[in-house]
Amino acid sequence: MVSRCVSPFFLRQHAMSDIFGIPTQVILGQLLLGLLNGSFYAMLSLGLAVIFGLLGVVNFAHGAFYMLGAYAAWFLWGRFGVNYWVALLLAPLVVGILGVGLERTFLKHLYKIDPLYGLLLTFGLSLIAEGVLRELFGSSGQSYPVPDLLKGALDVGFMILPIYRVWVIVASLSVCFLTWYLIECTRLGANLRAATENPKLVQAFGINVPRMVMLTYGAGVALAAFAGVLSAPIIQVSPLMGSSLVIVVFAVVVIGGMGSILGAILSGLSLGVIEGFTKVLYPEASNIVVFVIMAVVLCWRPSGFFGKD
Amino acid sequence: MALASAVAALLNPMASQAGNEVVIGDIDDMAGLYADVIGAGGIEAAKMAIADFGGTVLGKKIVFISADHQNKPDIGSSKFREWADKNELNMLLGGSNTGVSIAMAKVAAEKKVPFMAIGAAGASLTNQDCTPYTVHYAYDTTSLANGTASVITQNGGKSWYFLTADYAFGTQLQDAATKVLTANGGKSIGSVRVPLSASDFSSFLLQAKGSGAQVLGLSNAGTDFTNSLKAANEFGITKTMKPAALLAFISDIHSLGLQTAQGLYLTTGWYWDLNPETRAFGKRYFEKMKKEPTMNQAAYYSATLTYLNAVKAANTTDPDKVMEQLRKIKINDMFAKGGYIREDGVMVHDMYVMQVKTPAESKYPWDYYKVVKKMSGEEAFGPLSDSTCPLLKKK
Repeated sequence: MVSRCVSPFFLRQHAMSDIFGIPTQVILGQLLLGLLNGSFYAMLSLGLAVIFGLLGVVNFAHGAFYMLGAYAAWFLWGRFGVNYWVALLLAPLVVGILGVGLERTFLKHLYKIDPLYGLLLTFGLSLIAEGVLRELFGSSGQSYPVPDLLKGALDVGFMILPIYRVWVIVASLSVCFLTWYLIECTRLGANLRAATENPKLVQAFGINVPRMVMLTYGAGVALAAFAGVLSAPIIQVSPLMGSSLVIVVFAVVVIGGMGSILGAILSGLSLGVIEGFTKVLYPEASNIVVFVIMAVVLCWRPSGFFGKD
Repeated sequence: MALASAVAALLNPMASQAGNEVVIGDIDDMAGLYADVIGAGGIEAAKMAIADFGGTVLGKKIVFISADHQNKPDIGSSKFREWADKNELNMLLGGSNTGVSIAMAKVAAEKKVPFMAIGAAGASLTNQDCTPYTVHYAYDTTSLANGTASVITQNGGKSWYFLTADYAFGTQLQDAATKVLTANGGKSIGSVRVPLSASDFSSFLLQAKGSGAQVLGLSNAGTDFTNSLKAANEFGITKTMKPAALLAFISDIHSLGLQTAQGLYLTTGWYWDLNPETRAFGKRYFEKMKKEPTMNQAAYYSATLTYLNAVKAANTTDPDKVMEQLRKIKINDMFAKGGYIREDGVMVHDMYVMQVKTPAESKYPWDYYKVVKKMSGEEAFGPLSDSTCPLLKKK
């Protein structure tokens, strides 16, 4: 595999060694791919954690918003020739506004009752969104091109690494960090957190809490749409792309601790890596390993790794 | 009370008129990863066949009903059973998913309802899982492998690594392809079993590349196939390995685009641009669905007509007599020329090995394939003596 190119120094030393019977190159490759998938999990679970942590809504429509983000990018490109970089801003904005509309019309009536109602509502809405898009564009999906600037691949020795995937890691980790910083380290974030603890008191200080909640939902949804645009050039933009992912992302959030932002990011990344290795060691189990871990974590630490007891 | 019975009649229009109608059912994946392969297009094709036949047979109205099996064998088989009991179902068109079709074949035998398996590829339907009422109409894992695997192996692709969908269809397809490539002097280096509808294929593909095999055997279908081929391109794997699509449909190629799919070998039972008859059907279908039909959607049309012709010739809907008639006739329509239904249930007809055109070679919309090889039905489906169908031994 490495013979076609000059391998980096550190690889040359270990090229022949195996760890648990797996060649080092394979391990490095899977580690990188695991981080790639993990950064998607992190970004999606981050939005879920923000929405749950600050609004108490179990947003099952998150996968649908992710899918809508990808469709928005594809549609903007196909109909209006909007390029990838503009779509990266425009699609989350459009989907975020849709989310705000949803919050105003449906969700805001459910804050005072059991979270289960919010879950059922958002689940129903996501089924409707999938059905409508399937009716409009079919189930086999659409192709979205990789932007010219990010075409091609790097030969990093142990594998061929598409440049676009490097961009995905950089973009998603930056967004994750920014969101974390915004909520944990700024005045706005402090207000948000205070509003979730005691909305009446915060309202008394002259802060418009309902508007803040609405915008928070919009921002969480926009995060999902952003992830959707990022994934559009990688996989077929199809109505089902979200539903196959959202269940895993829920498990990631539960493992990290419902509502914990740092927990969502860290467990997203690490579960991506664990899943990656499962794909080598026991591929048949790769779609359930996250749930096995979730079950173990729930028995041992019911509030997740970073959740508050 | 009157309202309740009116609602019941609306929900179940067949119950009151049973006996005056010939009921054709369709159970398929209507919303999942295989929905574009048949789905709504299959319903349209079957309805076209019923309309072309005149809407009635033996003086009875032909009624068409459909349901979504959601890729779950229990849903498919219980819906089939319900229709057989309540709606006096006369014939079932079985859509995608081998797992579901194996479960439905058991119901066909139990309820004595002719079962046209069209979307399912698993050849076990006419081998260990065969029934006196199953007809495997469009293609099976044997014919797909005899096409793609033999052409690629004969062209020098001797060592294979398989990316296999982890259920009955994927493993049967891999086994069939392995048999063919071994017979042609090739060998299988390894395989990885991928869960259905995986969200990312790159890890599996990296393993395939690490094997050093010349050919990447894609033993999957639908969006699993398109996403794995996309990732293979992205990670530069198609530069060192030749991808082989063991089951791909024109809907997949259309959604991938020729830039990604060009050069790919695949096997198909039908293509819209083969001859004036196929083009005429394609045109009629296109006017309704705004896309060209897949081989399965064309087979839905053909199978429906074939069944109705058999009912007319037998002058009864009695399942045993219709099956006897079906085994006697030659199928000559836009789908097959000189096709016939063998004792084990295989509908033997010509199959085509295709290569996907490059963007430069494609001259008009949906101009996607060039014929590499036309296989006779016997070559594609193999001899009857290879069949392990238990029904053959009784005779």
